Amino acid sequence: MFDRIKTFAAGDNLPRFVILVFYLLILLVAFFLNQSIGVLISDTLIRYGMNGILVLSMVPAIQAGTGPNFGLPIGAIGGLLGMLISMEFIPQTIAGHQWIGLLVAILVAIVFGIFFGWLYGLLLNRVKGSEMVIATYTAFSFVAMMCIAWLVLPFQNKSMKWPIGQGLKNTITMENTYGGLLNDFLSLKFVENHLTGKLELVFNRSNSWVIENYGIESALKFQFPTGMILVFLLACYLVYLFINSKTGVAMRAVGDNPSFAVASGLNVNRSRLIGVILSTVLAAVGIVIYSQGFGYMQLYNAPQQMAFGAVAAILIGGASAQKAKISHVIIGTFLFNGILVAGLPVANQLVEGGGLSDVFRVIITYGVILYALTKIGGKSNA
Amino acid sequence: MYVLEMKDISKEYFGNRVLKNVNLNVKPGEIHALLGENGAGKSTLMNILFGMSVIHSTGGFEGEVLIDSAPVNIMSPHQAMDHGIGMVHQEFMLIPGFTISENIKLNRELLKANPVSAVIDLVAKDNKLSTVDVAANARDARVALDKLDMGIDEFTLVSGLPVGHMQFVEIAREIDKEGLKVLVFDEPTAVLTESEALNLMEAMKKLAAQGIGILFITHRLDEVIHCADRVTILRDGEWVATKDKVDTNVVELAELMVGRKVEILPKAPREGVGDEIILSLNKLSVDMPGEKVKGVSLDVKRGEILGIGGLAGQGKIGIANGIMGLYPTRGEILFQGKPLKLNQPKATLDDGIAFVSEDRRGIGLLLDSSIEDNIAVTTMQTKNDFLKSWGPFKLQDKEKIRQHAESMIKEYDIRCIGPHQYTKRLSGGNQQKVCLARAVTLAPDLLLVSEPTRGIDIGAKKLVLDNLLKLNEEGMTIIMTSSELAELRSIADRIAIISDGKLAGILDPTAPDADFGLMMAGNLKGGEDV
Ligand SMILES: Nc1ncnc2c1ncn2[C@@H]1O[C@H](COP(=O)(O)OP(=O)(O)OP(=O)(O)O)[C@@H](O)[C@H]1O
Ligand SMILES: [Mg+2]
Repeated sequence: MFDRIKTFAAGDNLPRFVILVFYLLILLVAFFLNQSIGVLISDTLIRYGMNGILVLSMVPAIQAGTGPNFGLPIGAIGGLLGMLISMEFIPQTIAGHQWIGLLVAILVAIVFGIFFGWLYGLLLNRVKGSEMVIATYTAFSFVAMMCIAWLVLPFQNKSMKWPIGQGLKNTITMENTYGGLLNDFLSLKFVENHLTGKLELVFNRSNSWVIENYGIESALKFQFPTGMILVFLLACYLVYLFINSKTGVAMRAVGDNPSFAVASGLNVNRSRLIGVILSTVLAAVGIVIYSQGFGYMQLYNAPQQMAFGAVAAILIGGASAQKAKISHVIIGTFLFNGILVAGLPVANQLVEGGGLSDVFRVIITYGVILYALTKIGGKSNA
Repeated sequence: MYVLEMKDISKEYFGNRVLKNVNLNVKPGEIHALLGENGAGKSTLMNILFGMSVIHSTGGFEGEVLIDSAPVNIMSPHQAMDHGIGMVHQEFMLIPGFTISENIKLNRELLKANPVSAVIDLVAKDNKLSTVDVAANARDARVALDKLDMGIDEFTLVSGLPVGHMQFVEIAREIDKEGLKVLVFDEPTAVLTESEALNLMEAMKKLAAQGIGILFITHRLDEVIHCADRVTILRDGEWVATKDKVDTNVVELAELMVGRKVEILPKAPREGVGDEIILSLNKLSVDMPGEKVKGVSLDVKRGEILGIGGLAGQGKIGIANGIMGLYPTRGEILFQGKPLKLNQPKATLDDGIAFVSEDRRGIGLLLDSSIEDNIAVTTMQTKNDFLKSWGPFKLQDKEKIRQHAESMIKEYDIRCIGPHQYTKRLSGGNQQKVCLARAVTLAPDLLLVSEPTRGIDIGAKKLVLDNLLKLNEEGMTIIMTSSELAELRSIADRIAIISDGKLAGILDPTAPDADFGLMMAGNLKGGEDV
């Protein structure tokens, strides 16, 4: 048994193993500190659903040989535009406006994703070999540029604009549109009724419904965000279909060995372009799902750091800069978000004093990211 | 008294035992040949000796290594070097952008003081900032190159060198090291022509005479007879025998290796090749570094096997690469009567030409993909085969791919755990078989194969050559480029010799050795029908 663990931990699995042990350790500490494990796991699941597609967006980019997509913010901005346009034009008075709004946001996000991804892919084809650095800085510049755009774009909807002055707000609430829509869709929630002290199962209801019906004193012990997880799994399945299609196989061959691909008559630049576009589209859709789970959309500098978490998650899942599978996404997103979710309350409780806990949040987040990035080269045992 | 002893060595890769209680001893000053089929475990044994990370990251090994009778624990190539073990690898480990001299002296440069380092070394004494003494390094490199009879300038960049020369640079780097006790050659002659191989063996003999123990892995048995003192044979990861050369012969060695009798028969003379021209090269020039083709005109007949031979660096390799469009090409190529689009691999493939590259790790394989995917991918992309419809999508037909791969694995005797194994985890010879299987899957009208038997054992070689003959009998025209004259003569109908980028002539396989030798050296023009 011990030998088994040793061989598992020795090879490519080391990062996953380290993080898994770390995660279990935190859960253990949380348990002894009387944290509610149910709440920790619920929060992890919610963050899992929110981040899944963003992490998934790394897969086509890595498989096409352009490395982890540090240009994720570019796609994210496409997604933000999709949400803004949806909010601007879908009146909140028509029946089913929530689902229509979400759908329109996703469709518009896809359109922008394709367009941005195409431009960005053309750029990456000119800088083969140094994609990651170029991507990071392209994304930074694009975010900066969009900071101006958010101020001048002619959106009219009052709820999106500063009450006085020009431009869009920093954070725009989605309370009245489709915020939380997927979280609650088909969700399972266990509520402790404060009157009876009994645990009751609530199906397919929003949190505000729970408060209305059970009273603010009742505690939500556990919840499973079925809709969001389903959407994530659906996205995984679509990507799976794509990478097993003829075009997908060509893309993977290009990523694995460009010289081989050329000798097999494949168009290297075209395959890379497809990979980047797909990655950007997923990032755009991913941010829509993320924002609906979060309940707010965040403009201006918010997208800037998004790439790092997604890259870290997939690396922890077992991917490297050259190789990524959907299973890496499924495992990595869970471990990464598990640690962030469980780590913070534990850190909070261990270190008293308000200011410090935020410092800890940053240290844990970036520590995990840093650790993951050291694994970017993968284990070379060719 | 042995300089190196490896005792009871066992190694497992992911539950697959590839070495079982192997013993190997090397005396100082002897040339010890290590023989075995593809996948027998030769490279693995050497990787253990050299402390390669691939061994330690997969759970290490069992057994004991002794140097000068003292047990050692070698965890990295660096430590191996400290113990006096040098290795010339099956795949090169050179820095292309550095000169020959820089490659030879890398990390062991001779230094001279400069004003800054002089001051710092008063305290640090580690010479880290001293200036590299270019002249002294070049002198050392020259000495090492001269030991190998390499006339080439030590300031040449490695990037443009033909493979044969790179090999010598690797060797020069190893023999330049001080305190060298054991030098391992992992299939050094696989990439060399016969005359280069002879040179190399002379160099090995000189080194052995200086007291260095030499471990020599090869698939060419006559080389063993030519230069080895003793021979150890592995089969399927097990030690089979260790023999003194004088007590054995090629036939016995071959039998010990494969465990059955093998003989490569010369080809029976054949009729059936008509006069129809399938491919016609007209003033073909190919700008392939180290293998430039400078205006070759040549006709290939439908149904024949045309051999292309010549010395390394003379351009024979460039021809097939040019036809495939992998390097900038000029001139005219007529295939089945129609002009072939130049520099467009896709068009060439679509027209029914397939290629097995001489550079199997660089171009021939997707190392991070499975055997089955490697075999199917090119055909899927060019012919839309191995696909199935799934609603509006076309998905790869995994079942069909698996079945096809399994039949290829059987037909070419690819030694592997199964069709899902990554090709980077195959032994060199078995990788070669995968490349061949991939090209054959395309069912081309014309098959270009370059160095098809490089690095594969004689059993497998027979299999590959027999398969080429079989394909040919079924109607496939084949152009085989090879450094090994014997193999060209065993299956080709005609042999074109390339010298200095030009066609020196075309010879019959039965022409005398001397004609081949002279023609390769550029001293004989003409031959059959030029
Ligand atoms: N990194 C690896 N992971 C898993 N299996 C491996 C790895 N490297 C080699 N093997 C397996 O170990 C066995 C021995 O391989 P090895 O490379 O030592 O053969 P070899 O005798 O050098 O053959 P060749 O003459 O073809 O070079 C093979 O079955 C091969 O598939
Ligand atoms: Mg080998």
